[in-house]
Amino acid sequence: MSAALPVTVIGGYLGAGKTTLVNHLLRHAEGRRLAVLVNEFGELPIDADLIEAEGDDLISISGGCVCCSFGSDLTAALLRLAALEPRPDHVVIEASGVAIPGAILSSVSLLEGYRADGVVILADAAGLRRSIDDPYVGDTVRAQVTGADIIVLNKMDLVAEASRGVLLDWVAGEWPGAAVLPVTGGAAPVDLVLGIGGTQGSGSALGHADGLFESMVLKVPGDFDAAALAEAIATGGYGVVRAKGWVGSWLIHVVGQRWAVTPGQGAPGLVCIGLKGQLRRDGLATLVG
Amino acid sequence: MSDITIYPARKIITMNPARPEATHVAVRDGRILGAGTLKELEGWGAYELDERFADKVLMPGMVEGHAHTMEGTLWRNVYVGYFDRMDPDGTVWPGLKSIDAVLARLAEAEAVLSDPEAPLSAWQLDPIYMDNQRVNRAQLDAVSATRPIGVLHASVHIMNVNTRALELAGLMRKGIEHPGIPLGEDGYPTGELKGPEVMGQVGAHVGYAQALTDCDEPGLRAFAKLCVRQGVTTVTDLAAGLSPESVEMMLRVTGEERYPARVVPLRYFMGLSPADLVAEVVRLREMSTDRLRMGRIKVVADGSIQGFSARMRWPGYYNGAPNGMWYIAPEQMEEIFERALEAGVQIHTHTNGDQATELALEKMEAALARHPRRDHRFTLQHCQLADAAQFRKIAALGMCVNLFANHHFYWGDAHYNLTVGPERAERMNACRTALESGVPMAMHSDAPITPLAPLFTAWCAVNRLTASGRVQGEAERISVDEALYAVTLGAAYTLHLDGEVGSIETGKRADFAVLEEDPTAVDGMALKDVPVWGTVQGGRVFAASEQ
Repeated sequence: MSAALPVTVIGGYLGAGKTTLVNHLLRHAEGRRLAVLVNEFGELPIDADLIEAEGDDLISISGGCVCCSFGSDLTAALLRLAALEPRPDHVVIEASGVAIPGAILSSVSLLEGYRADGVVILADAAGLRRSIDDPYVGDTVRAQVTGADIIVLNKMDLVAEASRGVLLDWVAGEWPGAAVLPVTGGAAPVDLVLGIGGTQGSGSALGHADGLFESMVLKVPGDFDAAALAEAIATGGYGVVRAKGWVGSWLIHVVGQRWAVTPGQGAPGLVCIGLKGQLRRDGLATLVG
Repeated sequence: MSDITIYPARKIITMNPARPEATHVAVRDGRILGAGTLKELEGWGAYELDERFADKVLMPGMVEGHAHTMEGTLWRNVYVGYFDRMDPDGTVWPGLKSIDAVLARLAEAEAVLSDPEAPLSAWQLDPIYMDNQRVNRAQLDAVSATRPIGVLHASVHIMNVNTRALELAGLMRKGIEHPGIPLGEDGYPTGELKGPEVMGQVGAHVGYAQALTDCDEPGLRAFAKLCVRQGVTTVTDLAAGLSPESVEMMLRVTGEERYPARVVPLRYFMGLSPADLVAEVVRLREMSTDRLRMGRIKVVADGSIQGFSARMRWPGYYNGAPNGMWYIAPEQMEEIFERALEAGVQIHTHTNGDQATELALEKMEAALARHPRRDHRFTLQHCQLADAAQFRKIAALGMCVNLFANHHFYWGDAHYNLTVGPERAERMNACRTALESGVPMAMHSDAPITPLAPLFTAWCAVNRLTASGRVQGEAERISVDEALYAVTLGAAYTLHLDGEVGSIETGKRADFAVLEEDPTAVDGMALKDVPVWGTVQGGRVFAASEQ
């Protein structure tokens, strides 16, 4: 039986940069075969130079990636993707601007053969405070962000340097349950958004070239309580955005404060990654030993 | 044999103010030569006198401005609604007043199915009338443990299923965490599924395909039978997917020699970008025939009031429920409005809550400022909670409304007690205010949500009775004449069809509702009980008894 197919939902209000992030992920897939499901409005979110071929309901993208629209039937679209040869490594759902991505991921979690990986919410750094006060969509934007495992705070270049700290503190205070990635131009590191899993530039190198994040590998004894460890990493305030690895006969996934432990065998060790300067290495090391 | 037929009738209600009543109507080539006296009509030349309606009352064929042809498809399933309802073949199914009665009817239907694995599907369950008692999995298992069972609620947003259905969908397990799937004390799902995403995963196993908004071929035929029974000759299909296959099917079926209704499908807005959507609808418009009129768009702004998913302005829901949800972003609504105005494509927008109405008005005003267009007749559908100021604004922007008069009867008590409270419940579906504000107005059933029956809809607006028998919002009642206008010319106007249908006068389509009694002569309380003999559509005669 093949491993469960991970599904990440990318959401956020119009103009926050969802499409920019999706294209960034496709350009930096690093060997991952990504399958992008676009929202029900059918706007094609793929940059033209990435498209290799357009079929009736499937667009082929360089690097073995694909894109299709899910219309009103997400389940059917996911089943189609799982049947593709070769099978995608990761599904990215781009939700519509008013959808509540947490609800979409809940529905994915009902399907067998898929792993509900996490919710990534794009927010316009300069506009977020204003948009959550909008009389029409303010509560929608707030509900979107509240369901985030990772908040990609985009367009940081539009926030004055002196205001950035205040903004980040405010976001952390409003949404303590999410990991926050401040970026510009949607350029969030793929290993953080989708998890460690590329074949090129991942592993020990982990794509650190851009200097945005750092990682460490925890050596965990095989008889360790995997669930307790996963929960501690996710909720203990160690600055971990994502963690993945095997402990004994268990596979651990951590995304922000969401964690999952499923049966699985692999090379022992748990890779934890976080923003540069925010990973509490000592604390993490203490956890296991 | 002459190509002119003259029908004498006991009375002909024309909706033509110049001659509101006539005794005869002459028809040629499916159109009306004229309405008047026999002597006046004889001037058109040789004719055949057809006296079959001599003791009937004719009025313009009624126009249902907001329905869904999927009702025809739903009737293949078991009806378990609270109110009596007539099926396409004319059988009246008694309303079921308790969960036990619902289970008994399911058991009856189960007993005649031979294949033990075939699904059993039912529709129109409404626990709101049964103290909100829920049907659980075990109760449905007692009906059958071998076949999947699915019971769709009247809201079409909730479904109850049995254990077999959960098994087939892979949901009969512990550890499910989903707001739309309540769990029992044993940790397994109770069998209640809330929301289209969750229902979608099980729907295919219990006879409900994902696209609940679209009819299929037998459904489209069955729906037309309902039209004949209710005196409807033009009917909208207000959220159609209009895929190439669906368009081909609808063109073929409505093109059949004896198809008795003119169908006006509005393309549902989702699935295409605003630019592609408008271009697609322009393309579809060119493919239209007399009996299939494409070329309009349906936008949905918010959810439903009784589902607490409508978008409300301050102070929100009476019971304190959080505000509802948007189906479209404000920016997208504005872009669709603008592009449609530019291309001359009409849009009907679903707004239930008053904040959704407010948004639609704001975006319409902005779009019109950039793309001014006379006579656009953009229509707000439902528009149930608009206040007087909003109606004035609707008039000023040249928009129309199609109010949900039936809602008042079916859910008026719940609105009064629970959703919006007494004051706003009394002004819901404010027909009087709409007319006095000069807003062109239609009224609707939203079939299958409530039954297709414009005379019943008219009765609702005239009397404003709730299901418990209270008059709710006396000041918003309208007269019988105003109500009959709303379900004929009023609705035709919202579709730009008022030059073709909606009245009985020279040049119009020969579309008549054939009634056994005069609706303008009976007591307003008896309006819904005026028997419908059938229709004449495009000059073709359709008896309800032969459907």
